Amino acid sequence: MIHTDILIIGGGPSGLCAAIAAAKSGAEVMLVERSQYFGGQLVKQTHMFFGSEKQYAATRGFDIGKKLVEEVKNSDNIKIFHSTTALGIYEDGVVTLEQKFESEEIYLKVQAKSLIVTTGALEKSLPFPNNDLPGIYGAGAVQTLMNEYLVKPGKRVLMVGAGNIGLIISYQLLQAGVEVAGIIDASPRIGGYLVHASKIRRSGVPIFTGYTIVKAEGTDHLEKATIAKVDQHWKPIPGTEKEMNVDVMCISVGLTPSSAFFWQGGCEMEYVRELGGYVPKRNRYLRTTVGNIYVAGDSAGIEEASSAMVEGSIAGLAASHDLGFVYEGYNREIEELLQELEGLRGGEKGIHIRRGYNKVGF
Amino acid sequence: MNQRINKHPIIDIPLRQKIKFFYNGKEFFGFEGETIASALHAAGITKLSESIKHHRPRGFYCAIGNCSSCFMRVDGKPNVKTCVEPLRENMVVENQEGRGSII
Ligand SMILES: Cc1cc2nc3c(=O)[nH]c(=O)nc-3n(C[C@H](O)[C@H](O)[C@H](O)COP(=O)(O)OP(=O)(O)OC[C@H]3O[C@@H](n4cnc5c(N)ncnc54)[C@H](O)[C@@H]3O)c2cc1C
Ligand code: FES
Repeated sequence: MIHTDILIIGGGPSGLCAAIAAAKSGAEVMLVERSQYFGGQLVKQTHMFFGSEKQYAATRGFDIGKKLVEEVKNSDNIKIFHSTTALGIYEDGVVTLEQKFESEEIYLKVQAKSLIVTTGALEKSLPFPNNDLPGIYGAGAVQTLMNEYLVKPGKRVLMVGAGNIGLIISYQLLQAGVEVAGIIDASPRIGGYLVHASKIRRSGVPIFTGYTIVKAEGTDHLEKATIAKVDQHWKPIPGTEKEMNVDVMCISVGLTPSSAFFWQGGCEMEYVRELGGYVPKRNRYLRTTVGNIYVAGDSAGIEEASSAMVEGSIAGLAASHDLGFVYEGYNREIEELLQELEGLRGGEKGIHIRRGYNKVGF
Repeated sequence: MNQRINKHPIIDIPLRQKIKFFYNGKEFFGFEGETIASALHAAGITKLSESIKHHRPRGFYCAIGNCSSCFMRVDGKPNVKTCVEPLRENMVVENQEGRGSII
């Protein structure tokens, strides 16, 4: 059994920031990450980030990740474990881990005084005939393949979903030398930022709003996709079908918080549409209704890397503070972070998110 | 069919060590640092297994170890998530039928 003060599950931007913040007070921190790499979603982001100056706007996603990883590695109080998946939380608070070495797995048990869950999000999928054909991939998968492993997903892609992620990945596909046949979205308006959309349109990629995917066809791999216009009940209108010869379909219809550990840990949960699904209730310091479990980042509600980093820092500071570790800058820093978070969620753009967060406070 | 990205406006293409592996008995090459599924995909192999009941072709879907769509038999061991399993020299990779028997 491994003993530690704070165990952090998930080494994305929120988990990395949580580790850095929690270690400031001298608390012993353990950070586990399922993948070989730390950085979570950031690792795959080749574009300049939107967000506030302080949270590295205009820095490329993967560079932000590298900076945070350096900082974590330089801290004596943080033990990091990559290729290590947290499997479950037991009633006595013990967390089981599976660590991979080459083709061997070893199982570890951790008893931590507090837990910060920063496991990010899961991709949603769409039901339609033959949606299981090879060639139909989640948006994250297409990005991983291209930007991490430098492999093209195929020759000609239909992007399903015109939110920011769909738009950004379409642009990344073009950069990788892959043709994008079109982007469809069932909603009548483009969900993503207009700057991204106009960049895509300028590159000659059509965006079809008010269209849905009707079916996919192919024997061992996707060969053809049929799309159609939708009526106001989101049902395909007969006679409006269009066939597209594509070998890849990229499904980018949104994310939902990864919530398994909160259910297992017994946290009070709430379904909040604005945040992408079930999320744990939490106070301003991101403590859930189970006193020693904290949440931050996309697993607290689908948002952005900038807010995920700020939330990580808040949860990290609060968790070590609540355990009685003393860090002199605590009061000032946590107030600054809370204000920063408010700033990120301010204005017109933040209405939706603010409405969501108002439903989960306690 | 080669699906490697050889030039990119933003990402520097690193020089990587070549790795030999076997897929259904044939020799293939991939690179150090990538996964089995990405090496196969780069070589144009996208059907990794068949579904248990209806024998429908299966490829990867999430590529981060969440969905179990990419199971293959690796070095004799069934149900390996090839989208996250790093490629190693002389690995023996095979399509898996059904649930994957132990022997
Ligand atoms: C295409 C795309 C473009 C984006 N562009 C922007 C942008 O321009 N600006 C911006 O601010 N945001 C952007 N985002 C959003 C941003 O990337 C995410 O909001 C952010 O990464 C969330 O951070 P996180 O740490 O909560 O989760 P993640 O980054 O998802 O990290 C979670 C980590 O937890 C690990 N994990 C999960 N389960 C386990 C387990 N059981 N055991 C161990 N480890 C586990 C995962 O492997 C992962 O590394 C973009 C996202 C995408 C997909
Ligand atoms: S593709 Fe989802 S687990 Fe491998």
